[in-house]
Amino acid sequence: MRKGLSKEQIAARAAKEVQDGMYVNVGYGIPNLVPEYLKGRDIFLHTENGIIGMGPLAPKGQEDADLVNAAKQPVSVVPGGAIVSQSDSFMIIRGGHVAMTFLGAYQVSEKGDLANWKVPGEDAIPGIGGAMDLAAGTKRIVVTMTHTNKDGTPKIVKECTFPLTGQRCVTLIVTDLAVVRVTPKGLVLEEVAPGVTPEEVQGATGATLCVSPTLKTIEV
Amino acid sequence: MDKVLASSDEAVKDIGEGAVILSGGFGLCGIPENLIRALVRKGSKGLTIIGNNLGSTDSKDGEIYGVGLLVKNRQVRRFIGSFPGPIVKFKWFHEQVQAKALELEIIPQGTLNERIRCGGAGLGGVYTPTGVGTPIEEGKEKKTIGGREYLLETALRGDFALLKAFKGDRSGNLVYRFSARNYNPVMAPAAEVSIAEVEELHEVGAFEPDSVHTSGIFVDRVVKGELYEKRA
Repeated sequence: MRKGLSKEQIAARAAKEVQDGMYVNVGYGIPNLVPEYLKGRDIFLHTENGIIGMGPLAPKGQEDADLVNAAKQPVSVVPGGAIVSQSDSFMIIRGGHVAMTFLGAYQVSEKGDLANWKVPGEDAIPGIGGAMDLAAGTKRIVVTMTHTNKDGTPKIVKECTFPLTGQRCVTLIVTDLAVVRVTPKGLVLEEVAPGVTPEEVQGATGATLCVSPTLKTIEV
Repeated sequence: MDKVLASSDEAVKDIGEGAVILSGGFGLCGIPENLIRALVRKGSKGLTIIGNNLGSTDSKDGEIYGVGLLVKNRQVRRFIGSFPGPIVKFKWFHEQVQAKALELEIIPQGTLNERIRCGGAGLGGVYTPTGVGTPIEEGKEKKTIGGREYLLETALRGDFALLKAFKGDRSGNLVYRFSARNYNPVMAPAAEVSIAEVEELHEVGAFEPDSVHTSGIFVDRVVKGELYEKRA
């Protein structure tokens, strides 16, 4: 059997970082799976386009074109939710009012630099959206991603070679192989996936990991 | 005060070649779809579009709608926005970009909003931490305030703002519905002429003052939208 967590398991582990009372934002990709594991929690989901208290996707037949999330999918609003303008929505983001944001990444550096909007050299038209504002303004940024690219090259690196989204902004990285915390002293390996050794995680990482004295296995 | 015009065509009749247009909406949510269609019919070229996206695709037929219709009709010379969106899958879009007939200035979403807000609020610009240490900072003034680095982002204004509200009264007071609010309130003050299309047109005095989202002081023209497809 292939070692490591599935995307759903990565999202489930990442969701455990959320504490009741938090206002949370989730980006595209694996982060978009996180809300599934926050059901029943006392939190509000914020979306860039101005929903505070985003609920589940609208059931078929009940879609309302005036009520969509940042991925432009028809959604619902939970009781106690609110709608704000774009100005207020980004005041919320840059002003540090989002307690935790989940983002995907192409690369994360050992200093917590994040690259997730543009692949170098490619002439594809990039989009930035809210990622740079979230990187600049959120107190805690949890990156959820695969530990390496498909060809095995590390996505956790000493210095990002891709164009940055933000500097020194990532606080925690949750991957299929490990949970890695970004600290002022460097990267700390806190948890490994079942059946994965710290040496294997280090081998798949482009920066030096300090193994936590309280290293644990990720509960799945 | 009565700012109501008879049709979307009449509302956009003086939007000429090279006009700079603020276009409300996020994807296809809260877009001024009637005013956009009227501008496609009018055919003015060389337009600058300032908005979050270049329209978006309808999940049912996969075709582009919103301001993307103006790009498809080769009326847009420049786009200042945050996320071009699904328009990048169309060949006619890339042909225009490659031929340099269409220029793109892609900026962070919050920076786009604040630049527009400055334009409407009489400010020259704003210092934002967004984009520091990224390619966005190239050529911009950097200032350290309270130990943190910020970039100077300058104001954006339009010749026209095209807005969409759920309800409006004849003097231009506007009420939005759900996430269709998005950029419409910030764009209303930031243009020489702001044009709002509404689904429901009411008499002056119909709204409680506390329930008005955008005051008519920011709105110059009101039109009742002829047809709401509300694609998503």
